[in-house]
Order: sequence, then structure tokens, then C-alpha cells
Amino acid sequence: MDSLLASIEALLADNTIFTLDTLSYYGEGLTTTVQLVFLSLIVGLIAAVPLAIGRGSKRRWIKMPIFFYTYVFRGTPLLVQLYLIYYGVVFVEGIQDTWLWVLLEKPFFPALVAFSLNTAAYTTEIFHGAIKATPRGEIEAARAYGMRYSLMMRRIVLPSAFRRALPAYGNEVIFMLHASAIASVVTIMDLTGAARFVYARYYAPFDAFLFVAAIYLCLTFAILYLFRYLEKRLLAHLKPASG
Amino acid sequence: MIDLHGYGPRLLEGALVTIELAVLSLILAIGLGLVTASAKMSRNWVAHRLGTLYTTIIRGVPDLVLMMLLFFGGQIGINMVTDWLYARFGIDIFINVNEFVAGVLTIGLIFGAYMGETFRGAFLAVDSGQIEAGRAYGMSHALVFRRIRFPQMMRHALPGLSNNWMVLLKTTALVSVIGLSDMVRVAAEASKATREPFLFMIIVAVIYLLIASVSEWFFARLQKRYDIGFGGHD
Repeated sequence: MDSLLASIEALLADNTIFTLDTLSYYGEGLTTTVQLVFLSLIVGLIAAVPLAIGRGSKRRWIKMPIFFYTYVFRGTPLLVQLYLIYYGVVFVEGIQDTWLWVLLEKPFFPALVAFSLNTAAYTTEIFHGAIKATPRGEIEAARAYGMRYSLMMRRIVLPSAFRRALPAYGNEVIFMLHASAIASVVTIMDLTGAARFVYARYYAPFDAFLFVAAIYLCLTFAILYLFRYLEKRLLAHLKPASG
Repeated sequence: MIDLHGYGPRLLEGALVTIELAVLSLILAIGLGLVTASAKMSRNWVAHRLGTLYTTIIRGVPDLVLMMLLFFGGQIGINMVTDWLYARFGIDIFINVNEFVAGVLTIGLIFGAYMGETFRGAFLAVDSGQIEAGRAYGMSHALVFRRIRFPQMMRHALPGLSNNWMVLLKTTALVSVIGLSDMVRVAAEASKATREPFLFMIIVAVIYLLIASVSEWFFARLQKRYDIGFGGHD
């Protein structure tokens, strides 16, 4: 480890901006970005499954509120949602006396809440579309076997819907990665926050932002290839027989 | 009544800035998108590579990072060029990057890449027999483009175009970060000053939803117009 650090230091010897110090900012930023994106995607994914099932329900009082939620969160900028939660949470009556305040005091958690709500709305619509596209024959077959609604959902509808949703969900993951750059606006030191810091310190916009753009590009490609691999594995049965 | 603490007129001005910014960027993006689509479909490999590079890089990097790069870097870049012009040719000019222009240029540049993909798919969806028929009638390439390829391409491009417009509209919120007084920035300032973030942010959210609903209606009408002669749209 020490020799590795030494060799990196030697490599950066005649570099005024990209010293070990600034690189460590980018490193911390990378961790924050990945944490933020990963956690909000997990929360969003877990929330989206029941929401998507409810979105397709026949009962209006279940369907309409979910539709309203996705309409509002997909129709307004994430920045507005983030501001609303980040500035708004402070003014909730008595919140500063509860245990929640320990978490909400730092900008990380309001951002996590905003991102989770946002991605849950998009993911709900993706899953809803995939569930709606279930071939009728599969549902009829499940009914004919005497499956209950819940068993049919669990065994037939959801597994095939998840597979169909995969390409669209891959886009949503990339979208979230890019959207997470907004976190830097509320003073979170994510990747973009690190770039802004380096820019402000050295007044070197090209170095600071081109470097961070390259990191985002690599992350995007990594996600892209991961989903391409998953699609190949999970959607193999949908490929044309000759291919 | 809702008390806006005197921020009402500024909020309206901000909303106008948002709409102007979005519409101007859309026009730029459509122009760039048509050029990109042609470049990517071109047989010239340099144009093809350039088009692919442009769409790949733009779609792989967050909008906010690109915006900061172009906004903060743009002024330095332009200064470098003007300094060089002065040193080399003695031409003394000073170009100041105005936030609004920078915003339009960046958003237009970003969405030009997305539009390029939309238009490319739509152009490829036009039946080649139609183009051949046009040529057989003795129409020039320009006339075939204007009368046959473009109107039919738009029919296929409209759903993607309307989708891109909705995303573009929401992206305009980011210009508040680089210092442009759009409605999000006004609302953020008002929230801090009056300590009523819910009021101002919800108003801004409602305005965004209103603009989105109006555009949805507009695009539905446009789709109807371009679908004439194709029966229903399914």
C-alpha cells in the first residue's frame, strides 16, 4: 500500500492541481455518490413494487393517490423536490426534539429522502407498464390452475414483469446517477461537490469538471454493461431462435 | 388569500425566464438534433464518428456537470481565444458570457444529443418506398426532404420529442444553480427569507405541472395533425 501511494505521488509530482490531496476529495465524493445512488435505488425499488401493483388496481381509492404521487414526482424537477424537503424539514413542528433530527440535520438524509421518493415514482411507472404487458394467456393459465391472486402475482406476473422492466430500469439507474449531481447544491460533498471545491480552490474549471465528467462516464458505462449482461442472462428466452 | 410576501411579481418573472429558456433551448436542440441525426446516418465515417462521440459523451455525463463546465469554463475559454486574437492579430474584443445565453447554449447542447437519437430512429422508420416514389416523380432531394421525409419522420419522432421536451423543461431548474434567476431560484431565495419553503416550492411545482399539462395537450394535437392519413394512433 505504501509503495503504491509512493508511486502515485511520484506520478503526480509535477502536478499542481491533481495532488493526492485533491484526489482524495474525489475519492470521498465517489463514495458519497455511490452510497446516495445505491441507497435511494434500493429504497425506491422496495417501495415501487407494492405501488406498481396498487397502480394497476381496479379500486379508484387505491389507484388515484398512487397516480397522483407519480404524476407530481415525475412532473416536477428533482431540484424542487430536494429544496422542498431540505428547507421544509426544518420547519416541521417539533421535529428538532425527536430522534429523527439526528439524521435530518445532515443534508445527506434529506437528499436521500428526495432521491428515493423521486426514483420510486419513476420505478412505479416502469413496473406498472411491465405488469400491464403480461400476456393474457399467462394470467388465464394461472387462474386455470386455481392460483389465488397473491400466488399468481408472486409466481407468474411479477417475475416476468421484472424481466420485461429490466431495460427501462437500467435507464432509470443511469438517470439516478446523473441526477445525484444535484446533491452538491445542498452542500453534500459528492463527486460534483468535490469538482466544485477543486474548481473554487484552483480556479481551474476544465481540470476540475472534465476529470469528474470522465469518472461519471466510466460509472455510466459500468452500469450500462452490467445491465446488458443481466439482460443477456435474464432475457435469453426472448431472443429470436436463430440468434 | 395566499400571502406571497411581495415575491409574486418576481416569481412570475422567474416563470417567464424558465419558459423562454426552455423554448429557446428546444429550438437549438431540434436544430442540433437534426444535424446530429444526419451525421450519424451519413456514409462519411468522420461525421458518423463525431455524431456518435457527441451523443455518447453528452448522455454519459450529468447535466449539471456539463452546465458547470460550459458556464465556468466557457468564460475562461472565450477569454483565452480573445487573448490569443489580440496577441496575434491585434483584434481587441471582449465577450462576456451572459448567464441566460450560457443556459440556452448548454441545455440546447445537452438535448441536441437526445434529439439526435430520437430523430435518427424516426428517419429510419420512414418507408424507403416513399422516398423512392418521391424521386420517381422527379422531386429534388430537398423537396423529398421537405414534403415526404420530414413530415413522416415527425410522425414517428413526436412521442420522443414530447418526452425530451418534458425532461428539458425540468432540466431548466438547474440553471438556478449557476446563478440565473429562474423561478426555482426566486422560490429558493423566498423560502430562505420568509421561512416558508412549502408555500413557494409548492407554487413552483404547480407551475411546472401546469406547463407540462399544457404541452401534453399541445403535443396531442400535433400528433393528431401528423397522423392524418394513417388512421388511429395505437
